[in-house]
Amino acid sequence: MINKVIESAEEAVADVTDGNTILFGGFGGAGVAYETIYALFHQGAKDLTAVSNNPGYHEEGIAKLISGDRISKLLCSFPVQKDSYVFKEKYKQGKIDLELIPQGTLAERIRAGGAGIEAFYTPTGVGTEIAEGKDEKVFDGIPCILETAIKGDFAFIKAKKADRWGNLVYNKSGRNFNPIMAMAAKITIAEVDEIVEVGELDPESIVTPGVFVQRVVKRSGC
Amino acid sequence: MDKRLLTREQIAKRIAKELRNGDVINLGIGIPVLVSNYVSPESEYIYHSEQGVLGMGSLAEPHEADPDLVNASKEPITLVPGGSFSHSADSFAMVRGKHIDVAILGGMQVSENGDLANWKVKDVSLGGIGGAMDIAIGAKAVYVAMTHTNKDGGPKIVKQLDYPVTALNCVNAIFTDMAVIEISSDGLVLKEIAPGFTVEEVQKATEPRLIVSNSLKEILV
Repeated sequence: MINKVIESAEEAVADVTDGNTILFGGFGGAGVAYETIYALFHQGAKDLTAVSNNPGYHEEGIAKLISGDRISKLLCSFPVQKDSYVFKEKYKQGKIDLELIPQGTLAERIRAGGAGIEAFYTPTGVGTEIAEGKDEKVFDGIPCILETAIKGDFAFIKAKKADRWGNLVYNKSGRNFNPIMAMAAKITIAEVDEIVEVGELDPESIVTPGVFVQRVVKRSGC
Repeated sequence: MDKRLLTREQIAKRIAKELRNGDVINLGIGIPVLVSNYVSPESEYIYHSEQGVLGMGSLAEPHEADPDLVNASKEPITLVPGGSFSHSADSFAMVRGKHIDVAILGGMQVSENGDLANWKVKDVSLGGIGGAMDIAIGAKAVYVAMTHTNKDGGPKIVKQLDYPVTALNCVNAIFTDMAVIEISSDGLVLKEIAPGFTVEEVQKATEPRLIVSNSLKEILV
């Protein structure tokens, strides 16, 4: 029997090691695997590279990891939201590196990472500081820069429902980066509100097929 | 006649007249989000929001708010009937793949050939790009809504950007509190002018030379 369901978030993150790259789903507070992130905080892995659209608000989500100096580098599109003071402070102190990435390029680099595409050319960022040091070529009359795939050792994603095969459906715009991050990591941990029987999810409606998911954890608050 | 700069609402109202039935529209923060208040009620428009919402509705009332349904500013929103969700890569495929008809964006500076700066002020180390660079290169038409001059009275429409670039050659038209200016291959064409202002006054507030349209008219507010 295939059973990807893990009893607890603590167990699911036990093998994260120092120096790993972790992809964190979420857009603002929507679709964030909070319990998995907090389990990792308690687990203690450090020197992590984090990939996340935002750096977390207040002390929530990955802001908690940043405040504990667990993340040494962040790949991110929008680090300057008003409540992202934890990141801003650590950045000012030189305790965390930042690679700033346009949001569409961030998404596409992750998707590429999960799809076996090592690099691609895109017009986004041409003529901007993002293009510095990148190969530039013209295709079909359009100037483009070369961007490379992003892959993770782990992805921490949030979905609404899962079955024991790891098939997932999401809730509204809580979907955001989660499905593509699931594709781009060696081990994807899906934190879900509900676990249903295999066969219960409508095959036409499954957003992330279970092949992209290695571990499923039910959120304890649900 | 009274000479008065257009209000933010009046700029939004003017831009709304550019929209056509069926347009798929992305609205930036600031003046752009106000545009949806002034669109024609006889027409249907589809609002795209970068985090993966096509068919964004109004802001949610407290009782209907869902923390998983937010706009690009992370405020709770509603979905209209017919709306759909997509993941971030598909959402930006809509943008980068030229499936969005109109993007209405704020601006810090626009250059005479349509380069846009709107993501970071000068001389700061940390800025946030979000979807700005993708949307500026990806939308079929980019309209910029902004004040004509900066806080010191200096021009925001310039020969060359000196703010960090968002995207090159991307702006089709600029809607300010003083004028409507189209960016053509010949240069900046002054199409409309705020009530009470003269061409000379608009030119004085604009760094590059303006080509005055043969059909120059007053902005209807």
